[in-house]
Amino acid sequence: MSETSSVGIVTAQTAHFSEPLKLKSGEVLPAYDLTYETYGTLNADKSNAVLICHALSGNHHVAGKYAETDKYPGWWDNLIGPGRPLDTNRFFVIGLNNLGGCHGSSGPSSTNPATGKPWGADFPVVTVEDWVESQARLADYLGIDQLAAVIGGSLGGMQALQWTMSYPDRVRHALVIASAPNLTAQNMAFNEVARQAIMTDPEFYDGHYYEHGAVPRRGLRIARMLGHITYLSDDAMGAKFGRKLRDGEIKYGFGVEFEMESYLRYQGDKFAGEFDANTYLRMTRALDYFDPALEYGGNLSAALANVKARFLVVSFTSDWRFSPARSREIMKALLDNECSVSYAEVTAAHGHDAFLMPDPHYHNILRNYLQNIRTGGTE
Amino acid sequence: MNATHKFDKIAEFRQDFAIIANWLKFGCKALDLGCGDGELLHFLQGSMEVRGYGVEKDDANWLSCLQNGINVIQMDLEAGLSGFEAQSFDVVILSQTLQAMHNTENIVQEMLRVGREAIVTFPNFGYWRNRLQLMAGQMPVSRDIPYQWYDTPNVHLCTIKDFDQFCENHNIHVKERLVLTYGQRIQFMPNLRGSLAMYRLGRK
Repeated sequence: MSETSSVGIVTAQTAHFSEPLKLKSGEVLPAYDLTYETYGTLNADKSNAVLICHALSGNHHVAGKYAETDKYPGWWDNLIGPGRPLDTNRFFVIGLNNLGGCHGSSGPSSTNPATGKPWGADFPVVTVEDWVESQARLADYLGIDQLAAVIGGSLGGMQALQWTMSYPDRVRHALVIASAPNLTAQNMAFNEVARQAIMTDPEFYDGHYYEHGAVPRRGLRIARMLGHITYLSDDAMGAKFGRKLRDGEIKYGFGVEFEMESYLRYQGDKFAGEFDANTYLRMTRALDYFDPALEYGGNLSAALANVKARFLVVSFTSDWRFSPARSREIMKALLDNECSVSYAEVTAAHGHDAFLMPDPHYHNILRNYLQNIRTGGTE
Repeated sequence: MNATHKFDKIAEFRQDFAIIANWLKFGCKALDLGCGDGELLHFLQGSMEVRGYGVEKDDANWLSCLQNGINVIQMDLEAGLSGFEAQSFDVVILSQTLQAMHNTENIVQEMLRVGREAIVTFPNFGYWRNRLQLMAGQMPVSRDIPYQWYDTPNVHLCTIKDFDQFCENHNIHVKERLVLTYGQRIQFMPNLRGSLAMYRLGRK
């Protein structure tokens, strides 16, 4: 196998959009910014662009580092680079921070031009459909008429699926990974607990905590801890921590005694220090509201009747938050419409987190699928 | 190697593929259960422009299908075809996989629920060479049954007579039956002289 490497040092860019965006809720964003990164080179006929859609806590920094000294690269660095499954020698890869985010794109923590103050709770609720609309405008801005592929895991997979419905002629392939056609009641219930943790934090101030110089860290921390439990399988947590004690003895108290507690607290603290609580609320709501079959009386096949893209649907055996059964629903609806679709159920121990892991078989699947995508000329 | 050349080569060696192609309507929608590396579907897509989907459980085979440009669905046939709508395919194919199924009755019924027609092929255990090996006191090992008894995926080997009876008992209409030995059609005493049985099935 040839050498693979990271995309190296990258720089984020921001595009300003002054054409108002009408949101699904009916509200209108008069203007907004989208922060994005690109890797690789757009070819002459602009046929090699691939959009990466991020999940709940992701952003535009998908691959590479901003400086050699960065501790971690982008969140899906193992997928993207010269010789990697999404080969930047062939593809022009775009990652963006979705609207409502907290990493550069317009969101609750950015300034509301109407007031000169942070939007806070006044930033509208955005949906997967709204994101796809804004992403299409970013593609316009970059001069790309048709994407070779849209790729996303989890909430990102919902965006990939929505692309094929909103813009059937603008996307040739959709890679829908560890995703679902909507959330189950149990899945939404986790989101509600996460939101309640944030909204009942005394530092939340009804979402206007910025003006109070406050941060609802406790709520955000608990929300993230809860999330992490659901992203891992019982087996994976067992293998990673088991009942291991941090200091080798039981102390009959409530400090950090088990390794698992140490992990969750670390993850919670880290997240609370870098993510915005209002963004978290909106990301979970976008997950809750996504339900393309709703307008079709619950018939997903009818919702997908106009799609033209070819699909790769992937699920992971130990993922219980976005279980294989949910991916099979997507696969079945595509089959009903005689779409081109392949479906892989990857045996993996890591639960929902598996979609970000460099499992060799999983990466082989993505590599082979992406290799078959033609660029330059027609398909 | 260009595609057509490959199909010619396959057809030359795989008379059973050519017969299956002959049984299909041009451009039909087909589901190939236990499709292996996708060789049959690849052939049918090229020769009959079949709109095909494969079903395969094994990771390595699944990946080969993807590389061969076959739409492939990873699932275990033993769980049935509950994810597929009734009568949603023109034909459902089970090519040399029947003998490895645990849930034999169920899968054949499921094939006829999902497909308007089913094609089933299997190695005939009643073939004289198999009988001869048994007479000599050993489990048969041959080109169509290339496994040692202790290391075989086959759990439900049967003869042509057995399968005829199975269809009769399960109210399955045998539309057509062809028997081959190394690519040659066998019409006289097929259960003794035939090594591969091919059935085209429908509902009665």
